[in-house]
Amino acid sequence: MKLAAIGKLYLFFLPALVIILIFFAIPAVTTAIMGFTNMDFQFKWNFIGFGNYVKMVKDFLIWPIWREGKLARPNIIINTAIWVFATLLINTIFGLILAILTTSIERRAGTFFRAIWLLPRFTPMIVYGVICLSLLLPTKRGIFNAVRGAVGLQPLDWISLYPMAVVIITGGFIGASMGMVILASAIDSISEDLRRAAKVDGASWFQEIRYIILPLIRWPLMFITAYQTLSLLTSYESILVITKGGPFFASTNWSLYAYKAAFDVYSGTYAYGYGAALATILVIIGIIFSIAYWRIFKFKEMMSEPKIEVE
Amino acid sequence: MEETADKQIKVERAKVARIQDLQGETTFTFDRGMVLRDKSKERALKIAMYTFLIITATPIFLGYAWIFVASFSKEMTFGIIPKGLTIKHWRFLWQAPNQVMPIVWPVFLNTLFLGLGTAFLSVLISTPTGYALSRLKVPGRKLFLALTLILHAFPGISLLISLFWVLQKLHLLNSIMGVVMVNAGLMSPFCIWVMKGFFDGIPWDIEMSAFVDGANRFQIWYKVMLPQVRPGIFAISIFSFIMGWSTFIYVLVFILKKQGWTLSSYIYAILGEYRFVDWGFLAAASVFFILPVLFFFVFTNKYLMKVTIGGMKGGG
Repeated sequence: MKLAAIGKLYLFFLPALVIILIFFAIPAVTTAIMGFTNMDFQFKWNFIGFGNYVKMVKDFLIWPIWREGKLARPNIIINTAIWVFATLLINTIFGLILAILTTSIERRAGTFFRAIWLLPRFTPMIVYGVICLSLLLPTKRGIFNAVRGAVGLQPLDWISLYPMAVVIITGGFIGASMGMVILASAIDSISEDLRRAAKVDGASWFQEIRYIILPLIRWPLMFITAYQTLSLLTSYESILVITKGGPFFASTNWSLYAYKAAFDVYSGTYAYGYGAALATILVIIGIIFSIAYWRIFKFKEMMSEPKIEVE
Repeated sequence: MEETADKQIKVERAKVARIQDLQGETTFTFDRGMVLRDKSKERALKIAMYTFLIITATPIFLGYAWIFVASFSKEMTFGIIPKGLTIKHWRFLWQAPNQVMPIVWPVFLNTLFLGLGTAFLSVLISTPTGYALSRLKVPGRKLFLALTLILHAFPGISLLISLFWVLQKLHLLNSIMGVVMVNAGLMSPFCIWVMKGFFDGIPWDIEMSAFVDGANRFQIWYKVMLPQVRPGIFAISIFSFIMGWSTFIYVLVFILKKQGWTLSSYIYAILGEYRFVDWGFLAAASVFFILPVLFFFVFTNKYLMKVTIGGMKGGG
């Protein structure tokens, strides 16, 4: 009787279990297995051992060629490192600056600016891409080039000239809002007494930030840094829309490279197996990060026992 | 000796004066910053802050203004200044705009279905599970919580390729329903955690009294608890609707036939290869796509922020 009652309670989990199993758990396992095959659009499970991983080492280590002291072919690993590090810098530092500024000015104005910065996050990616392209167009029609034209300068092909800078800044404009929202709410929740005490003691605005605000928002700041590192490692949508990873592979990062290996219409390889192997590496890094989160942020506390228990 | 004591007294007096000053000011104004500082310095600092905020926000503002203005103007001079009014860029609302692109309404319906389906399925998944995780002590609860957290670390690309295979096996390639389920699955860890948070916030006296009256868990969940977490359901629905409506990569990869196009693929097709792009049409379609999102964004901004923060609660 009691067992049956408990069994019934599992019905609460049923919808989530079914969906998670089919669209999350099975694909996660399949990715790992697929990485050992040379599967293409015919979907044949043809196992080739570590073939994909050998290819990966060749692609990434032998592929970039140094010519006359310059990197003649861009390296995906270097691209990924630059992308993650530089965008992370924008996401956290710029997000922090926005959070501090929008909480230091009048509340209404602060909310207004925060809403503006949240816009890119809620805009469909393809529309965000269209907007960025309209700003960056290489002809006089592009808004940045129109500004250059107004002061008598020739239009520039921003994407060809500075592909990494373009993807980093456009990515950072989306990412900064997360840091901004979380840090702004953390700053808002700092007790007013502390800040008043600092003011009474004659602290300047910068001292107040340095000695009151920054130490008190240390944890959310670290959380955002950790969380964003992981999401940046696996994000590629904005790059795909804005530069398509180009010119050539100049702005392609690891995850976009995996996407291209599997689904790029133009190269037409449809190397699902190779793409899966590339993705598996990302998953392994993701798991390492999750374990680190677990340790640092004490997720166990979030899983505390339920309060009410009646059987 | 006496001098230092004198100094000390002076400092303390100054502090008291400052406190009085501060209290006086804060009682009457709700200014949150810098009450005590030098007024001219304070003003300069504020002007600097506003200047920084305005300059950094300008590209965003220009970009969004551009798609609206460009969609109604015959020609754009200097990138942003319109010349001549026209509605020809909006002709996709009543006819096929060119040989390649279809009229927008079937595409719109697909997108709407994708948004609503994702929202509906997300709520269906997260409300019972969120409740169970918040209130029931059953074996496997912790495992499930851990599982959702780990899965949360597997975004997009890592599953894309095998999802393609799974959908192909289930004969769900090229169907919006397939993308709906993928969306709901990928969003479920987030939605479940948010719903759990909302259930956690309901005092259990309410539930207790229903228990005493002899209701079972399912009745309590449905009749007592669901009405209590209505704001949570509302927030999740909007959030998932926007995510579903905006889905890009899954539509691009999983839907290959024109009949299954959503607005994302529609705009991607207009964009084509960046050459010979009809920028007016592109701008108009972008505005059409972004309008519902803007609507929700303006009117439910607070809810969305709450969910965004609620989902990250663990770090705070």
